[in-house]
Amino acid sequence: MSRPLLQVTDLRVEFTGQRKAQALSGVSFEVAAGEVLTLLGESGSGKSVTLRTLLRLHPEKNTKISGQITVDGHDVLSMSSKQLNQYRGRTTSMIFQEPGLAFDPVYTIGQQITEALLTHEQLDANEAKSRALQILERVQIPQARRRMDSYPHELSGGMRQRAMIALALVCKPKLLLADEPTTALDASVQIQILLLLRELQKETGMSVIFVTHDIGAAVEVSDRIAVMYAGRIVEAGTVGDIVSNPRHPYTKGLLASIVSHENKGTPLVTIAGSPPDLAHLPPGCSFAPRCVRAQIKCLQKQPEFETVASTSYACWNPEQ
Amino acid sequence: MMEHTNTFLNSEDRGGPAQPLLLVKDLKKYFPVRNGLFSREKKFVHAVDNVSFSVAKGKTLGIVGESGCGKSTTAKLIARLINPDSGKMVFDGDGVVEYGGIALKDFRKNLQMVFQDSFASLNPRLTIEQTIAYGPTVHGVSKLDASKQAKDLLERVGLEPEQFANRYPHELSGGQRQRVNIARALAYQPRLIILDEAVAALDKSVQAQVLNLLQELKRERQLTYLFISHDLHVVHYMSDEVMVMYLGQVVEKGPVDLIFNNPAHPYTKALLSAIPSMDPGKKTLKPPLEGDPPNPINPPSGCRFQDRCPVVKELCRNATPELKGVGDTSDHIVACHLAEERHI
Amino acid sequence: MMKDNIDHPQPQYQITKGYWHAVLRQLKNEPLAIISAGILLVLIIAALFAPWLAPADPFKASMLKRLMPIGSPGNLLGTDELGRDMLTRLMYGGRLSLIMGIVPVFSAFCIGTTLGLIAGYLGGRVNMVIMRILDIFYAFPSVLLAVAISGALGPGLSNSLIALTLVFVPQIVRVAESVTTQVRQLDYIEAARMSGSSNLSIIRVHILANVLGPVFVYATGLLSVSMILASGLSFLGLGVKPPEPEWGLMLNTLRSAIYNKPYIAALPGGFIFITSIAFNLLADGIRSAMDIKK
Repeated sequence: MSRPLLQVTDLRVEFTGQRKAQALSGVSFEVAAGEVLTLLGESGSGKSVTLRTLLRLHPEKNTKISGQITVDGHDVLSMSSKQLNQYRGRTTSMIFQEPGLAFDPVYTIGQQITEALLTHEQLDANEAKSRALQILERVQIPQARRRMDSYPHELSGGMRQRAMIALALVCKPKLLLADEPTTALDASVQIQILLLLRELQKETGMSVIFVTHDIGAAVEVSDRIAVMYAGRIVEAGTVGDIVSNPRHPYTKGLLASIVSHENKGTPLVTIAGSPPDLAHLPPGCSFAPRCVRAQIKCLQKQPEFETVASTSYACWNPEQ
Repeated sequence: MMEHTNTFLNSEDRGGPAQPLLLVKDLKKYFPVRNGLFSREKKFVHAVDNVSFSVAKGKTLGIVGESGCGKSTTAKLIARLINPDSGKMVFDGDGVVEYGGIALKDFRKNLQMVFQDSFASLNPRLTIEQTIAYGPTVHGVSKLDASKQAKDLLERVGLEPEQFANRYPHELSGGQRQRVNIARALAYQPRLIILDEAVAALDKSVQAQVLNLLQELKRERQLTYLFISHDLHVVHYMSDEVMVMYLGQVVEKGPVDLIFNNPAHPYTKALLSAIPSMDPGKKTLKPPLEGDPPNPINPPSGCRFQDRCPVVKELCRNATPELKGVGDTSDHIVACHLAEERHI
Repeated sequence: MMKDNIDHPQPQYQITKGYWHAVLRQLKNEPLAIISAGILLVLIIAALFAPWLAPADPFKASMLKRLMPIGSPGNLLGTDELGRDMLTRLMYGGRLSLIMGIVPVFSAFCIGTTLGLIAGYLGGRVNMVIMRILDIFYAFPSVLLAVAISGALGPGLSNSLIALTLVFVPQIVRVAESVTTQVRQLDYIEAARMSGSSNLSIIRVHILANVLGPVFVYATGLLSVSMILASGLSFLGLGVKPPEPEWGLMLNTLRSAIYNKPYIAALPGGFIFITSIAFNLLADGIRSAMDIKK
């Protein structure tokens, strides 16, 4: 089997500043070239922290990181700043939930995309401009030539999101990180963006890590899903397996609490309680205090990650 | 489960069961667009353009539509947070727009709102108990009684009073804050609660808890809900009737199952099929609606959906469709020239 | 029915008894602020209790003992050009200087916050009228404005206080109006409007508390400015008149002594300097303490 594009091994991230938290407690996963993986989880699960760590976006000062991240053969955690500059945008790129955040409001989007190109590749100004135009057309922005000279605030939400995707893809990265890119959009625009991402991914062959709490969006774009809870991956598998045959009680609970009209008139199934405080994680399985299938062992010892067929999960008492 | 007693603020049922709790007719609100000193043409954002509907007592009316369709503005107009340019509102048989001064203050007990941003909805300088107790004190309830009621309400929404009454908003999670907002609304003993994207910002598992709470409260206290949301699954689950808005107008309205199973308006159809598929074997192939939701500035004549409608005809560009009943029922109404042909 | 987990471990935030309580607690971590507060305390006590603590009579002149150097027996900090004890005059002077620093800022704080709240909450025409009128004052540099108003009103303590207050009001209104406008758009104000309470009640209960913080921070920064401006006015002969002891005035009258007794001439300036810095550092400390909390 060919070497995976991304390999994360036992990643631990701790914030030691004003608000202490053990954000990630030993996260390991792989992404093959051309694969789309979704990190599925709720607030505090660690999914966004994982993405930001992949690009080393956390301030050095109050963050303790241990473990290993290898992207396309490079060891990300030991990169110097110069290497990081090469790495960010070129090997790995990111799109965010708020499209406004990625753009500087005082420059046109054409200028910003061109700037990204010139930073990473040896091109002259005209070549850069035509490449920028190309990518804007590719993300289906209508009247791309005119939009090149627009400022970010002149575009609507959906267009800004497309422009952000263009900015992220213009240097042809091997890995795209998407942090809840469609959460803030209307359903009609969301589905457009999801399909666009799917097309672009097939066309370029890049790998994508998609972070979301919306299972529907995950199903539309990804090949595999990794479910995260309190800084750990609790289950991972193909989209089909996870949706139809979840093994971990949290995954099952998450799927069951999806609002569906079929339950109309009856109360929704909920997961009791709330997520743990990341500064005071319980010993043993983090989900145990809320788990209906919890046993004594679960409260004492952290479950190890096992792989059965194509699914992996960390649970002492999984669903059958 | 706690017995609910109507203790302090008495909002009685005046109109009887057959009277709709809220009746809105031809509501209009245009916002002027500032074009600079020298532009001659005055442009307006047609935020709400002749919107009419009614809500029956004890029912939930869901309002759906994309950004810019006017659902939030409609909510604010009903709540009298903004004043309409024209239109009539009747609450349980009494005209509302005519209210002002003391009568308006009295009216406010009947109608409360829960907003989307749970954090911005709470004064960061007041404790939870102070926030919930504030409303009743405005209406003459003593501080002591209001405090006690606040604690009871906290208990009812699932937050231990000993633990939460003296906390500040920043110490609570999103779901907890939204429960506080619900408790705050309940403190007035209202008859109608407007939920403006109240669960949109919550995690899915927390959302389920809050929705369950809302349903329980509705039954216990005979509440009527106006449920505004962009999440169609949630709207389907929560509502009895649903109203679809587009560019400031109502395009379709009817019983929720009818609308979801058999939508008459092409926009409703497109909106429903934009929901991501939960079946990995049947992924969506083509987006049902192209482009972004348009801005309601100086909308076109004729049907407003003409630019994005997959089945648009010449007639649609010339004549504005009116809301008409579908088939024989008057429950299900739609504003589309082609609806009648396509349906039967 | 879902109850939130009672066995939930203590959340990261401590249960606070009140906002200002938390700010005070946070201030313990600001060493500079504490030192400044200490210095100010000493100065204030010295000024307040000057009649009992001061070694001599501030007005008692002695032609024989003019410009005695620092450290002379009986005159710890020397004497001024009329033979009066410097230490005594500095202590008494502290009263006036501190009053001229604090009172205008405090008055401007009260007037300015009120105007700012009204302008910010009501918006529209009222806002425009208030802000544009204040803009006229704001357009002048503080010193010029202070001198102009003071000159028009005439010299004397109360006139200077009025002049300085008028200089600071526009600035404070600006801050208060800006914060009020921001806060007013937040959902909890809409929720308060839905309660049916009067505008006044909403401003008092909901907006005021959130506006006071930022305005307070800005105002504490003005304390040193006020003191220096006041001293400047006295120096120019527009404030207090001799023989009243006031640091700025003392700087003026000691001007001629700068060549033969520079240290004595510089003393009042030194005190102005220390007091301003102490005010500023304290204001900075309070600002940080408030920042971390929110």
